[in-house]
Amino acid sequence: MSALAVQFLNGLASASALFLVACGLSIIFGVSRIVNFAHGSFYMLGAYLAWTFTRGLGWVGYGPLGFWGGILAAALIVGLIGVLIELVLLRRIYQAPELFQLLATFGVVLVVQDVTMAIWGAQDLLGPRAPGLRGAIDVMGQRFPQYDALLILIGPVVLGLLWLLFNRTRWGTLVRAATADREMVAALGVDQRKLFTSVFFLGTFLAALGGGLQLPREPVQLHMDMAIIADAFVVVVVGGMGSVGGAYLAALLIAQLQAFMLLVPDFEIAGLTISIAKMTLIPSFLVMAVVLIARPYGLLGKAPSHARTQASVEPVVRVTPPLLAKFGFATVAALILLPLIADEYGLMVATEILIFVLMAASLHFMMGPGGMASFGHAAYFGLGAYGAALAAKHFDAPMEAGLVAGPVLATLGGILFGWFCVRLSGVYLAMLTLAFAQIVWSIAFQWVAVTGGDNGVLGVWPSIGKTGFFYLSLALAVVGVLLLRRAIYSPFGYALRGARDSALRADAIGIDVKRVQWTAFAIAASFAGLAGALFAYFKGSVFPTYAAIPKSVDALMMVLLGGVQTISGPLVGAAVYMGLHEQLVRATELWRLVLGIAIIALVLAFPQGIAGFAAKRWAKEDGA
Amino acid sequence: MTLKRRELLAGTAAAGVLLGSPTVLRAQNAPIRIGEINSYSTQAAFLGPYRNGWNLALEEANAAGGIDSRRLETLFRDDAGKPEDAVRHAGELVAAEKVDLLAGGFLSNIGLAVAGYAKQNKKLYVASEPLTDAIVWSQGNRYTFRLRPSTYMQAAMLVEEAAKLPITRWATISPNYEYGQSAVKWFKELLVKKKPGVQFVAEQFPALGRIDAGATAQAIAAANPEGIFNVTFAADLANLVRQGNTRGLFERRAVVSMLTGEPEYLDPLADEAPEGWIVTGYPWDQVNTPNHVKFREAYRRRFNDYPRLGSVVGYDTVNAIVTMLRQSRTTDTEKMVDAMEGLKFQSAFGDVEFRKIDHQATLGAFVGKTKLVNGKGTMVDWRYADGKDYLPSDAEVAAMRPKDA
Amino acid sequence: MSVLSVRGLHKSFGGVEAVAGVDFDVAAGEMLALIGPNGAGKTTCFNMLMGQLRPDAGTVSLDGADITGLPPRAIWRRGVGRTFQITATFASMTVAENVQTALMSYRGDLGRFFARAATLHADDAVALLDQVGMADQRDRACGVLAYGDLKRVELAVALANAPRLLLMDEPTAGMAPKERVALMELTGRLARARNIAVLFTEHDMDVVFGQADRVIVLNRGKLIAQGTPAEVRAHKAVRDVYLGGGTMSGGH
Repeated sequence: MSALAVQFLNGLASASALFLVACGLSIIFGVSRIVNFAHGSFYMLGAYLAWTFTRGLGWVGYGPLGFWGGILAAALIVGLIGVLIELVLLRRIYQAPELFQLLATFGVVLVVQDVTMAIWGAQDLLGPRAPGLRGAIDVMGQRFPQYDALLILIGPVVLGLLWLLFNRTRWGTLVRAATADREMVAALGVDQRKLFTSVFFLGTFLAALGGGLQLPREPVQLHMDMAIIADAFVVVVVGGMGSVGGAYLAALLIAQLQAFMLLVPDFEIAGLTISIAKMTLIPSFLVMAVVLIARPYGLLGKAPSHARTQASVEPVVRVTPPLLAKFGFATVAALILLPLIADEYGLMVATEILIFVLMAASLHFMMGPGGMASFGHAAYFGLGAYGAALAAKHFDAPMEAGLVAGPVLATLGGILFGWFCVRLSGVYLAMLTLAFAQIVWSIAFQWVAVTGGDNGVLGVWPSIGKTGFFYLSLALAVVGVLLLRRAIYSPFGYALRGARDSALRADAIGIDVKRVQWTAFAIAASFAGLAGALFAYFKGSVFPTYAAIPKSVDALMMVLLGGVQTISGPLVGAAVYMGLHEQLVRATELWRLVLGIAIIALVLAFPQGIAGFAAKRWAKEDGA
Repeated sequence: MTLKRRELLAGTAAAGVLLGSPTVLRAQNAPIRIGEINSYSTQAAFLGPYRNGWNLALEEANAAGGIDSRRLETLFRDDAGKPEDAVRHAGELVAAEKVDLLAGGFLSNIGLAVAGYAKQNKKLYVASEPLTDAIVWSQGNRYTFRLRPSTYMQAAMLVEEAAKLPITRWATISPNYEYGQSAVKWFKELLVKKKPGVQFVAEQFPALGRIDAGATAQAIAAANPEGIFNVTFAADLANLVRQGNTRGLFERRAVVSMLTGEPEYLDPLADEAPEGWIVTGYPWDQVNTPNHVKFREAYRRRFNDYPRLGSVVGYDTVNAIVTMLRQSRTTDTEKMVDAMEGLKFQSAFGDVEFRKIDHQATLGAFVGKTKLVNGKGTMVDWRYADGKDYLPSDAEVAAMRPKDA
Repeated sequence: MSVLSVRGLHKSFGGVEAVAGVDFDVAAGEMLALIGPNGAGKTTCFNMLMGQLRPDAGTVSLDGADITGLPPRAIWRRGVGRTFQITATFASMTVAENVQTALMSYRGDLGRFFARAATLHADDAVALLDQVGMADQRDRACGVLAYGDLKRVELAVALANAPRLLLMDEPTAGMAPKERVALMELTGRLARARNIAVLFTEHDMDVVFGQADRVIVLNRGKLIAQGTPAEVRAHKAVRDVYLGGGTMSGGH
């Protein structure tokens, strides 16, 4: 009994910690609609700066004023860094297509990682414990840390303060109005720019505060940003984007679930031992999937006002200009001749880029014409890779069969997950794809008997040589891209684009919007699966990382960098992104810093993506 | 002693030149290139000291005249923690940079990925750090060798100590991935074999890097074990130690813990390092064998820092490679592999052999107890556990290793 | 026989009856205007006819067949075209492509993955655009058109499935007065030529009384009057609803 009570308190303490990070993210998204990937970076910076102020400088010592003052000062400074980033970077790209800001914040993540390492070094830093709160209190005969008890209180206190801020001040009223309807606030003559900047300050301040408050609990280290960001997104989405109360509720739900699942004893079903306590990777994303399916806008979220969120006008998709078509033919011709001039490594890089071109094209198919952004496209890439590898491993399938098995498995995944995803739209859809991808990843990671867990499936080598494999990849990539392109220009592609432009009109001319989107989802999944299967043979092994978030992010970056609304965009994006990455990793140890800066520069220079920019130059007279 | 060995080997090399061995003459001026792949950007805390150790040994080798007057050089690549990137680097290093052999690896899956590449492309791969048993056993192959004592070996070292304790109720806490799972599996299997009465009353598998330490500590306490086998490390460990200390989890309980005595993990805990835990590790300041003193002083002089375990691993990886090259006198892969099999070399910890049967090195680890001294964690009552004593029987090893390896 | 028959249509939201038992018919070739003050239930009524909303009670029949509660795309398949109060077109397509897409849907082409859509039914699309006077703008992007032109494109799209019935929700909202009459004259001509039944809601009384063959008046969810424009104009209850009469124009 007392164990359960204390476990409940543990859940409450974790909920507070989670809430503090997530609420800032939620507020920023609510107002600016920016999916702020860098939120975890601000959390990490808050922790590092707080460490510096409370221990690193050495002169503040352990006094309560030094400790709490240090955490607060760190949060304020990080808030100002947030303002700087908003002013210099984000403000210039608010008008860019949806999710494009994600690209910019991803650049910030990379820069912050290297800068943090340069300033604070690589070793974990243990912060001081809170003065006067090193001990434990007695809860029904069990010891419970005093600091955790304080955290339990801090969560609701911050929640209450935010409630007062939003409901008792003019600024708060404006923020709430902007969350509900951005254009209306603009129409009221409020200076939106100042509002956005101040909201970004508050959001980053809260992230950093959350980081600083972790000092007495965990060491400060370089993985904090990535460890927290996925969890924070889950909490925000489960709670309802823009809803601070919802964020607390969601944090509570997830933290309690994670605390109590540890107590569930193993049991057996049909001879299989099920260990709930061991499935620590799955619950938060499972909760997110269930909540999004049952309540598409989160526990306390509201549907965005529709007419307004659909306001962005996508450019007309035109027939490929003859010059571009010629350029395309020339590229393919050059690639066919590549083995004559390139060395073995050149061919390898080309092969890898071709595989990613196929993956980016498949993501673009659902994201561009389909209007369905995916944060979890790696799921299908991973399923394709595992389909091929498992067929080879467990059934001794030859490569030809593996290249079929991969896409088949990915398509099945796309059909299953897509059915749920197309019921949502916008960022919510994207988040549900992320949830499913994380579930695929955890299965790959935890079902050791079949997938080999994180050690992966090894020895999946092609039955042909490196040049042969290059031609195979080239052929499949070219055919895949042409098929996808053909589908975009086909009646089905028009139906898909119609469903994106106006679901209302599409429905009124007999288009079954959900079914069209579902089909597109499955098609995208199958081509991603083909890319994944190729990748498996190319690398000779398959690991859970193929289905992990960084792969999804890579795909997203390629599409956004190239330009969502240009059919050649993902091709250019994949080549530029992969090429940059490959060159930089070899050239410098600070490749993340340089890549981050390069991404930010590209974002500022080409808010429509690289190919989007070129297309606009091309067809200026069109007015479209 | 190291120096003597070097002089001796340099002498042998010089003799080779004099004898005019054709292999030596042909390749006289071209440096020998080692392609080194590691997770530098994602595991920076461990790989910084590793690389220092590596460079130290490399500089020593080159100062001693290289191999048959060929210099050694290293091309470092960062895999960012992704096996697929590691394979790309392997391809680049072999195909474009024409390296003579591959080395490195910290994460187990990356070690396995590169090992797979090595097998497919018939290149020598000296895996330095990855702990997974699979790399030499179930996935072992002719071209892959591993230096560091494996998960099995470290678990076996701790089982020896755990079996001496007068307790029978055990719980385990371990990060939920292959290393953690294997460690727990071996610990349970070997301990039960050694002491049939033991019971395992609770298992916790927190996600790597994301432990919910309070809840995990609570769940372990609820099962009221007499002993705890811990496999968590780094941030998870610090988290667990803080929560466990405050909650009294470790009071009146024996704790047996993998790797916790390594300075990489013990030092960040500062004055909160646990006391009385039985650990594997590296008491760098107390090991005073000639080899180690020489290494430690050279390291200090060169980097103005004390060595971590990673430094030893980096240093000895190069040592092993250098010794092998001095024996093979060629960079022909098959001949290098032959030389690696059964290779005996002087490590910072003493004599080490790369076993012919499974390509595992017999490098050992130090087993002892943690203690706070002057506000810092250190190891006491330690002894060097030689790796060769903590490996399964040859028959068992042969059964685990693929026939074609 | 009437094309559209509505009987006893009911819909309430949270206890408030938005549409409270409405009956009416529209005959082929007839222009029927549905008018009433704001909040009278016109849009609710429309959305039930088109399948966006499910009625609580009552039936909607098309050519004698019950279509109550069918989804919009099923109703469209049975020959009902529709235009929206705020125009809904595909902004990323040209004017012609908008109509082509509707034609492709009507002719069952949308499941085709390999045909070239750009040339499919292009001539038929231009023919339809010609009828609404938009043929010369066929290659412009829909996203950049003037609002009145968009309305006409929508009309052409609505005609693509050779409808028996056309539902137009405030077809002239947001247009200049002169354009309004022109659009509805055009609609009337097409309706008579193609024998299409047209039901439209409208605020502009000049349009209503100038273009409708018949008018029905909705207030607080109930029909309070129906008849020819002249009859309705003279109807007392209607005059009361529109605040003391005389000024039955403009106003939304």
